Amino acid sequence: MSSVLFDAPGPKAVRRNRWLAVGTVIVVLAVAGFIIYKFAETGQFSAVKWRIFTFPLVQQTILGAIGNTLQAFGAATVLSLLLGLVLAVGRLSERRWINTPCHWFTELFRAIPLLILMMMIYYGLPPLGVQGITPFVAVVAGLTLYNGSVLAEVFRAGIESLPRGQAEAGYAIGLTKSRVMGSILLPQAVRAMMPVIVAQLVVILKDTALGFIVTYDEILFQAKFFGSQVQYGSPIIPAAMVAAVIYIGLCLILAGVAKWVEWRMSHDRKIAKGTHMVAPADATIPQA
Amino acid sequence: MDTLLNNLDIFTTGFKNTAILFIFSAVFALILGTIVGGMRVSPVPVMRAVGTVYVNTVRNTPLTLIFFFFIFGYPKLGLADLSYSTLAIIALTLYTATYVAETLRAGINTVPLGQAEAARAIGLPFVQTLSLVILPQAFRAVMPPMISVFIALLKNTTVAAGFSVAEAGAIRANLSERGEPAMVVLLWVAFVFVILVALLSALQHYFERKWKVAR
Repeated sequence: MSSVLFDAPGPKAVRRNRWLAVGTVIVVLAVAGFIIYKFAETGQFSAVKWRIFTFPLVQQTILGAIGNTLQAFGAATVLSLLLGLVLAVGRLSERRWINTPCHWFTELFRAIPLLILMMMIYYGLPPLGVQGITPFVAVVAGLTLYNGSVLAEVFRAGIESLPRGQAEAGYAIGLTKSRVMGSILLPQAVRAMMPVIVAQLVVILKDTALGFIVTYDEILFQAKFFGSQVQYGSPIIPAAMVAAVIYIGLCLILAGVAKWVEWRMSHDRKIAKGTHMVAPADATIPQA
Repeated sequence: MDTLLNNLDIFTTGFKNTAILFIFSAVFALILGTIVGGMRVSPVPVMRAVGTVYVNTVRNTPLTLIFFFFIFGYPKLGLADLSYSTLAIIALTLYTATYVAETLRAGINTVPLGQAEAARAIGLPFVQTLSLVILPQAFRAVMPPMISVFIALLKNTTVAAGFSVAEAGAIRANLSERGEPAMVVLLWVAFVFVILVALLSALQHYFERKWKVAR
């Protein structure tokens, strides 16, 4: 797209672009250099501040924290996908007593800030006599309610974007409403919406970090703990760097998985199309 | 109702601070985001690369971590003393700007190819092609998703509550000292947020309806 906005540069533009490039590099280097200089000046790179991260016990604790983050992420992902499916199907129901509550539910939980939701569960419910509210429960429940509502809208948009003929063809061959939804509409909608769904999964992963505020024992929580150890020089900035590397790494891995899934799916469809042309009756081809 | 009326002072200061965080971050994020969005479509490869690296790094970092760095880390660097609210605004701006940039870039892609080609044909350079021809048209398409970005920003301001900024998310902590039931307080806070988000969504639908037919 970008190439449409400007012509192939002539000699004058080439010179000007070179200057602009040099200017950008200088500005970026100046900013980065200033940050690194300030880090160095305040001793953020000194061995003392990093020593705490060389202890096996500390490393194990951080690994455990990563495990906790992933655990919350996994549980919240599965539950939000389920909740999203239920709410999407509910909203598309023709019975008003089903679709109206589903509509209000999604609108409500998309509007409440996730952190407030987690606080409600963590601080609000126990005084009302609800037992067994751990930080983990609060984080997962908050993430599920919020992302389930968002995913419901995504699924609904996917289903509504399908040609009407898809559902009509299903009814025409005598499938019930639930079969039409389950075997015809949803699979296509999920496939069409895959990029958006994966983007939402990245959001879930990032939002597990909110668990830090409701004292869930995840990466940032440990980073804060190790970062405030005075006898190791309060290495809060090294701790933040460690946490940043972990989070960005996890998100990039997830994005990579997403790319792979997408590639796999588009690949799949090509195979499916090809086989149909050659052997339309062959239903035994495995759905790799 | 009593919980709200007896503690109206804390509720109003809380939401006043939320409004301050929201407005300042929104304005700065819009400015920074437009610059970064422009860089990402610019003719200079280095600028494109810088824009891409910035957007991809920050978008893969949790907002909580950015707050963590600015609130806990920044004071250790011996730089100018900034209040927690200012640091929160910086964190929110840096985070939201990436979303603004991506929304703008998506909006630029909705403008028909012929528009940019026509602008080039009459000899406009890149900056003028963008500012006189493309962006005014992209603006229509961008408005609804941009409001979504700002709705997200409004909700994200609550993260500051976890980092000693006395805004709406921190009302519960203040009122638990006064012995108010946490659930009631949080429900009131949530209620106000729902109203605010509903107002922004109404604005969004208005723009969507108003400009839908235009092209």
